Amino acid sequence: MEALLSLFVRAIFIENMALAFFLGMCTFLAISKKVQAAIGLGIAVTVVLTITVPVNNLIYHYLLADGALAWAGLPDMDLSFLGLLSYIGVIAAIVQIMEMFLDKFMPALYNALGVFLPLITVNCAILGAALFMVERDYGFAESVVFGFGSGLGWALAVIALAGIREKLKYSDVPEGLQGLGITFITAGLMAMGFMAFGGIDI
Amino acid sequence: MQAIKETLTGPIFKNNPIALQILGVCSALAVTSSMKVTLVMCVALTVVTAFSGMFISSIRAHIPSSIRIIVQMVIIASLVIVVDQFLKAYAFGISKQLSVFVGLIITNCIVMGRAEAFAMKNPPMASFVDGIGNGIGYSVVLIAVAFVREVLGSGKLMGFEILPLVTDGGWYVPNGLLLLPPSAFFLIGGFIWVLRSVRKDQVEATEFKLANHATVREGA
Repeated sequence: MEALLSLFVRAIFIENMALAFFLGMCTFLAISKKVQAAIGLGIAVTVVLTITVPVNNLIYHYLLADGALAWAGLPDMDLSFLGLLSYIGVIAAIVQIMEMFLDKFMPALYNALGVFLPLITVNCAILGAALFMVERDYGFAESVVFGFGSGLGWALAVIALAGIREKLKYSDVPEGLQGLGITFITAGLMAMGFMAFGGIDI
Repeated sequence: MQAIKETLTGPIFKNNPIALQILGVCSALAVTSSMKVTLVMCVALTVVTAFSGMFISSIRAHIPSSIRIIVQMVIIASLVIVVDQFLKAYAFGISKQLSVFVGLIITNCIVMGRAEAFAMKNPPMASFVDGIGNGIGYSVVLIAVAFVREVLGSGKLMGFEILPLVTDGGWYVPNGLLLLPPSAFFLIGGFIWVLRSVRKDQVEATEFKLANHATVREGA
């Protein structure tokens, strides 16, 4: 239990997907102009990560890993090279299913998420989390916690950046830095702020 | 011929994928702390972009538009698997250092973006050249960032000593910040600033124009 809690805190703050590993940067920079939009995107990413990481974990452990197909009578099979293709397939499929499900049963949430859902398929934070899960050899419970935690961390970062950018309107930015340039520098300062969490260990 | 040259050189400065189109930023920031890793990443990305452009473009007339994203994704993912296996076989150390970022070429927006924006509309040869051009445009930014980070951060370039460190009896005190993640943000921000100061047409328009400071009128 303690290990899971520590993993959770680490996934949110110390190993923040956006600010420590630079994952999901494209959407992070593009959809952080308004806090409202950033909140929608943050929720969508958290939900998708919480579902896809454990599903990919099951697929890896029961289909792809070395010797994982022993239950099907194929103990020598190692399909781990197919990993990339299957994770991205699973992510695309889950995003699609979620979109249809939300459209049917929760139209309010569907409308709130709007265009962000399909965008999430190509968000590298999602695929990155699946790959980290495999690389660090997480179990099922760990992968649930890691997926949720890293999603929350990413959402926190994007909402915070959107808040700062809304205030940036009032500042006099040099001409060449306007827009993208100043956003990069702001994100860099935020990353330095998040590094302060580095020493925390539960 | 002129068109091909334009396709090849256009993305390097005039229409740079990272600085102007904000594509493929994730890996640009993450893999640039050492030059060797950066070079491998650049080659890997250029190869994937070029070949995925070529393959997608050669079957573009047969892809139904409703499932084109999935078809593109499968082609790109297969190419990335080839690159990943190749690196694991011939450059295992570097492949370990790149960790998940080789796999993340799949979701690199440059690859997807060029497939969608260029390869779906142009013949295979032009798409191949476009892929190489964008790969080089990406590499230029990455190599510039990696150069600054490695030389100033650890005083070395590809393992050779450039600036002798104080700890080894030299004079240079390494700037540890440049090896940490935030420095990459600052460097790319600076790179964009320089690029846009030179090429004024790339400056983004502001949403709001700041008014001048209010001045106290005489006798008011």
